[in-house]
Amino acid sequence: MGRKILLEHINVPGIAGYEVYRQNGGYRSVEKALKMTPNDIVEEVKKSGLRGRGGAGFPTGMKWSFIDKKSGRPRYLVCNADESEPGTFKDRYLMEKLPHLLIEGMITSSIALEAHLSYIYIRGEYMWVYRILEKAINEAYAKGWLGKNIQGSGFDLDLYVTCGAGAYICGEETGLIESLEGKRGNPRIKPPFPAVVGLYGNPTVVNNVETIMDVPWILMNGGEEFAKIGIGKSTGTKLISASGHIKNPGVYEIELSISVEEFVNSDEYCGGMYSDRPMKACVPGGSSVPILPAELLFKTAKGEQRMMTYESMSDGGFATGSMIGSGGFIVYDDTACVVRNTWNFARFYHHESCGQCSPCREGTGWMEKILYRIENGYGSQSDIDLLWDIQRKIEGNTICPLGDAAAWPVAAAIRHFRHEFEYHVRYPEKIKDRKHFEYEPWEKVKHLMAKESVLV
Amino acid sequence: MALAEAGPEQIVFSEPLMKRIEVLKSHFPDGKKKSALLTVLHEVQDEHEDWLSVPVMDKVAEVLGILPIEVYEVVTFYSMYNQKPVGKYVFEFCRTSCCVTRGVEDLMDYTCQKLGVGMNEITADGMFQVKGVECLGACGYAPMMQLGDFYHEFLSKEKVDTLIDDCRAGKVEKLSKV
Ligand SMILES: Cc1cc2nc3c(=O)[nH]c(=O)nc-3n(C[C@H](O)[C@H](O)[C@H](O)COP(=O)(O)O)c2cc1C
Ligand code: SF4
Ligand code: FES
Repeated sequence: MGRKILLEHINVPGIAGYEVYRQNGGYRSVEKALKMTPNDIVEEVKKSGLRGRGGAGFPTGMKWSFIDKKSGRPRYLVCNADESEPGTFKDRYLMEKLPHLLIEGMITSSIALEAHLSYIYIRGEYMWVYRILEKAINEAYAKGWLGKNIQGSGFDLDLYVTCGAGAYICGEETGLIESLEGKRGNPRIKPPFPAVVGLYGNPTVVNNVETIMDVPWILMNGGEEFAKIGIGKSTGTKLISASGHIKNPGVYEIELSISVEEFVNSDEYCGGMYSDRPMKACVPGGSSVPILPAELLFKTAKGEQRMMTYESMSDGGFATGSMIGSGGFIVYDDTACVVRNTWNFARFYHHESCGQCSPCREGTGWMEKILYRIENGYGSQSDIDLLWDIQRKIEGNTICPLGDAAAWPVAAAIRHFRHEFEYHVRYPEKIKDRKHFEYEPWEKVKHLMAKESVLV
Repeated sequence: MALAEAGPEQIVFSEPLMKRIEVLKSHFPDGKKKSALLTVLHEVQDEHEDWLSVPVMDKVAEVLGILPIEVYEVVTFYSMYNQKPVGKYVFEFCRTSCCVTRGVEDLMDYTCQKLGVGMNEITADGMFQVKGVECLGACGYAPMMQLGDFYHEFLSKEKVDTLIDDCRAGKVEKLSKV
């Protein structure tokens, strides 16, 4: 069994309530933090090597040290609980089961940032979780962990939960800030970064739910202890939400040192494939990261064992690697159609584009349309090249990374599964049914592609 | 009178709703009360047949002390706000990849057929509507759908049948409580 930092007490009955949480050591990190200087807390987090769990993996301690404390303007901590990246459902699990751990992390982190007003921004669909958090926050106020003069320390902190209303783009930190100000979630041009100009124009740190929940453990056990877990710059544990064609979908806490193979096949985690069908592909870090064919998942292109770490997962770059991302681990067996799946993601990004930049607004729409065409048997060979061209022109040319996130899955699908796109173009009558690979998996039809193409 | 025909003078926010709006406003600094807008709109929508008519949006603007256009631009941006009437029970199936791998498309077809409607259509009695929405953060519990505030996971045809019956019998709760 791997070490558990976040989920250690998850099965304690009543742990979502204040009393049980407190009896199990809850809020002790706040007592400790109140006796430390803010700087010492930041240093401890730096030592831990903790990297943002929202997707980008930016070192948290470093991010915190960027916050502008000199100007004397109010500072805010905002927790990103927007969780809308397809494949990702860990934050919801954490908040539903351990609301007080999030509050505890928000308090200790706010002390580090010397923030006196903080928010949890949760996606609107998680309304029942919003209620759970609101209740837990009220309990924390009643017990003197929030409000004026926390536990007689002289430190004041107000914490509230606020919600979105169905827009993936509000997970992007500046889109989130706009939304939190009661506006459309249009991302802002950076710089200035939120650490200097954020919520209401004031210095703001935005952190993912899981990132913030790691902080109490780091304070109680020391940053060095955290850094002992994992490999190299991938320290600590990470929650992985696993879904798709595996036996045991769910949320797992792993040490950032196990192999991908162990994660997929061991009964402690995914438990292997859910039927006897072979694995075809995997999207290891949420819909935005490149899809990997099965043969590149367990082993890197160099033939080394691939590990569940930031570095190993991205080994080979986008040519033969992918990313840990948000930890949304989606597995597909050979009944899944990569073209259909890519179209599904493209539709998602088109739907979620905020529309500020033309490459993203138009490009995502074009990609969706072309993929729809290919998927339904009306595509041509040149469509595949056109698709490649469009995704290349989106990447790097937009205000926020949603454009890249829309382009990468398309690029990776063409890179690794071009033969499937070509099959769709050449044998339209065979792919009319959306379950065509259930009836005739790729293994059975690939010989057709050896024949000379009749379509030019 | 149906909300669709109600003019601005007929729009009334209940006392509990007005109290709740005051609480939500108190969460934000002076001069920044607009921040409460998204949450307020959810609560208002819940009290007004699950959709936001123009007079209702105007009333929200008035209560928050902002311009109507500031409310309209938000309502038109976010997918959870309805700008026209919806069915009493809206089955919002997640149609994104992970749910597709676990058969949500068949379930959507089944539900539409059973209710005799196409996607997004409201049944003649106004009771049901079937929609496809994007990933709801329940990918490991697929296939799934949202009904009101709640998630229904690991769906099957049998579960959909039961849910429809329960809705008809008025046994399905839509709103979560504090
Ligand atoms: C389109 C888009 C969507 C995002 N969605 C989320 C999200 O739902 N949750 C999240 O924590 N971070 C999300 N992020 C990343 C945030 O912008 C930001 O990097 C993160 O909240 C920082 O927190 P961390 O450093 O603790 O990871 C998203 C980024 C982009 C570009
Ligand atoms: S890249 Fe897309 S989502 Fe991001 S700001 Fe531009 S249009 Fe909006
Ligand atoms: S893909 Fe359906 S809930 Fe995420």
